[in-house]
Amino acid sequence: MTIDQQINFHTISVLVDNEPGVLARVIGLFSGRGYNIESLTVAEVDIEKAISRITIVTSGTEMIIEQIKAQLGRLVPIHKVSDLTLDGPHVERELALVKVVSTGDKRVESLRIADIFRARVVDSTNESFVFEIVGDTGKLNAFIDLMRPLGLADISRTGVAAIARGTEGL
Amino acid sequence: MSTTKISGAEIILKALADQGVEVVFGYPGGAVLPIYDAIFNQNQIRHILVRQEGGAVHAAEGYARSTGKVGVVLVTSGPGATNAVTGLTDALMDSIPIVCLTGQVPTHLIGNDAFQECDTTGITRPCTKHNYLVKDVKDLSKVMHEAFHVARSGRPGPVVIDLPKDVCMALENYTPKEEIELKKYQPRLKPDADRIEEAVELIAGAKKPVFYCGGGVINSGPEASRLLTEFVRETGYPCTLTLMGLGAYPASDKQFLGMLGMHGTYEANMTMHGCDVMVCVGARFDDRITGRLDAFAPGAKKIHIDIDPSSINKNVKVDIPIVGDVAHVLKDLMKVWKDKKCKPDAKALDKWWAQIADWRAIDSLKFDQSGDIIKPQYVLQRLGELIKGRDSYITTEVGQHQMWAAQYLGFDEPNRWMTSGGLGTMGYGLPAAMGVQIAHPQSLVVDVSGEASFLMNMQELSTISQYRLPVKCLILNNFYMGMVRQWQELLHGSRYSESYMESLPDFVKLADTFGMTGLRTTKPGEVDDVLKEMIETDGPVIADIQVDPAENCFPMIPSGAAHNEMLLGPDDKAEKPVSEEGMVLV
Repeated sequence: MTIDQQINFHTISVLVDNEPGVLARVIGLFSGRGYNIESLTVAEVDIEKAISRITIVTSGTEMIIEQIKAQLGRLVPIHKVSDLTLDGPHVERELALVKVVSTGDKRVESLRIADIFRARVVDSTNESFVFEIVGDTGKLNAFIDLMRPLGLADISRTGVAAIARGTEGL
Repeated sequence: MSTTKISGAEIILKALADQGVEVVFGYPGGAVLPIYDAIFNQNQIRHILVRQEGGAVHAAEGYARSTGKVGVVLVTSGPGATNAVTGLTDALMDSIPIVCLTGQVPTHLIGNDAFQECDTTGITRPCTKHNYLVKDVKDLSKVMHEAFHVARSGRPGPVVIDLPKDVCMALENYTPKEEIELKKYQPRLKPDADRIEEAVELIAGAKKPVFYCGGGVINSGPEASRLLTEFVRETGYPCTLTLMGLGAYPASDKQFLGMLGMHGTYEANMTMHGCDVMVCVGARFDDRITGRLDAFAPGAKKIHIDIDPSSINKNVKVDIPIVGDVAHVLKDLMKVWKDKKCKPDAKALDKWWAQIADWRAIDSLKFDQSGDIIKPQYVLQRLGELIKGRDSYITTEVGQHQMWAAQYLGFDEPNRWMTSGGLGTMGYGLPAAMGVQIAHPQSLVVDVSGEASFLMNMQELSTISQYRLPVKCLILNNFYMGMVRQWQELLHGSRYSESYMESLPDFVKLADTFGMTGLRTTKPGEVDDVLKEMIETDGPVIADIQVDPAENCFPMIPSGAAHNEMLLGPDDKAEKPVSEEGMVLV
């Protein structure tokens, strides 16, 4: 495989007008042109100016990634497109709620691992815990894998939120 | 801001007038009745009633492309909007500025599956440059003006404004154009100076250069065509144009190689294949142009000038991308070229032109009109001769006749050639001709058509009749969907599945029912007379010219082949069968 064809993951931050249909525009662009979405999060970040921030984790060859950014930049309600993966060091965080149903040793073990991962217990019954865990995607995956044999019953993840390190804003 | 409140419908009409709109192409219906009422009460804007909404969009496209202005369409909700979708997609693919106003059910009924309701913004999102649903009459003035700004700025395209009926009836103040702040969409026009320097250096050092130019030159305005012509002549380099770019550089010029691509000339495609520096101006390396991508211009350094950053490196990786408006970029290129006193490498260029002359000598557009069946190429060659020097506009439908028109009619000016390039919409030409004729009432407007395409939007003959538009419909009637038949012959063992046009109307009688002049010929000797009569007749004409049904369009780059693997004529095809992977391509 040459460098041109190598598939890489990129985290892209997009500032958009918070208006009806804007998310549909972004998602429609990805499905219509056959791009991948690994994760997508969106929330309003400036209520006064009605600006939302979308964080997309996508994958593709360098040519495809360049296309994705150019195509996003073409949408009228989009103010800024930034490739955090290219632009320098950045922080990525995701939150997951993980429900584990078990008793006895397994229950104790799940709590012990949660402690190692600095996950918090946000709900508890005699047979179950709901853990809240924050971290990058890799940490969450590792935690979930460890919970699997210990009675993993349900998972809800937020998707990736990301921001550049240092003083610069988007 | 004026102090008297007016209805939403009146705001729409005021905004259109404010934007300099003279003509609206439309079709009424329940949801747009308030707007039609406002049209009834004013004299500034002329409404052209089409016979199907699809025709309205194509008419607006013809109007826009021949004038450089924004074309305006007005249709009702539901089926009115869905019928407009093909035209909107066509305008998106060919970058034509359109503002399409669609009616919508009242806001309180949206989402209730009301009568003639459809999710217009949802349906048109992927086929417009941008779209709006106006839910509050307070936003209406702003949306109207912003829509025109978006449609015409940057890479032009269609914009839909969905207008619920209650919004059109609500009262509000009108805000004129000048008072609206448009900061949202500001595409970049001026190119990066460093890139210009690099490009000039590369162009000046070229030994085997070519200019490959497209519709972006025409969209940039007549000044861009003038600058392009000046720059190409200054360098002395060869120039080829895409289907959408015809007219951007004068066809009669000796540096013009003809159209390139799937049905381009041999010399244009061979020059593209063999060049060492390619200057792409306002074109987008479309699959009809490049042929097999891995064999496309293998030895060339490529410069790509485009206003749309997403066009760059989309299909073909380029060495020097220049984002900006074509006219701006050409002006800067020329300035640096002159400041640096650049001179092309005369010796290398002579050698290059000698090579091109050899390719030209193949005469890839030759045909044989010796028999007693009319060759379609002959008709177009004669039409080209007969309208030379006349103030004329050509539209086409889609298929063989379209390619022949592109090959044999020479265009010396931009905005004279209207064709559906990207989407390839059969039925485009007749309504587009209508729009062109509305914009240029005194000019000769010819829709070069095939009989199959003609039938696709034939209802517009009624519009042509109503407005006494002297449109000339030149039907190259070969009793087949010619291009489909050609592909079936070349790729599917001559199994002509469903490509024969059964039960065609008598086109002369058809003309008669609409009060038009009908002409017909089957003899080569009569072609000139029929064409002359068609051109000289004051009113609309349908000329049914029955041509050789077996004629194929050559030269041709079969799908999946490279520029240097062209089929030159019917005898060529046996030796070069189309590859399996080529069969899969369109």
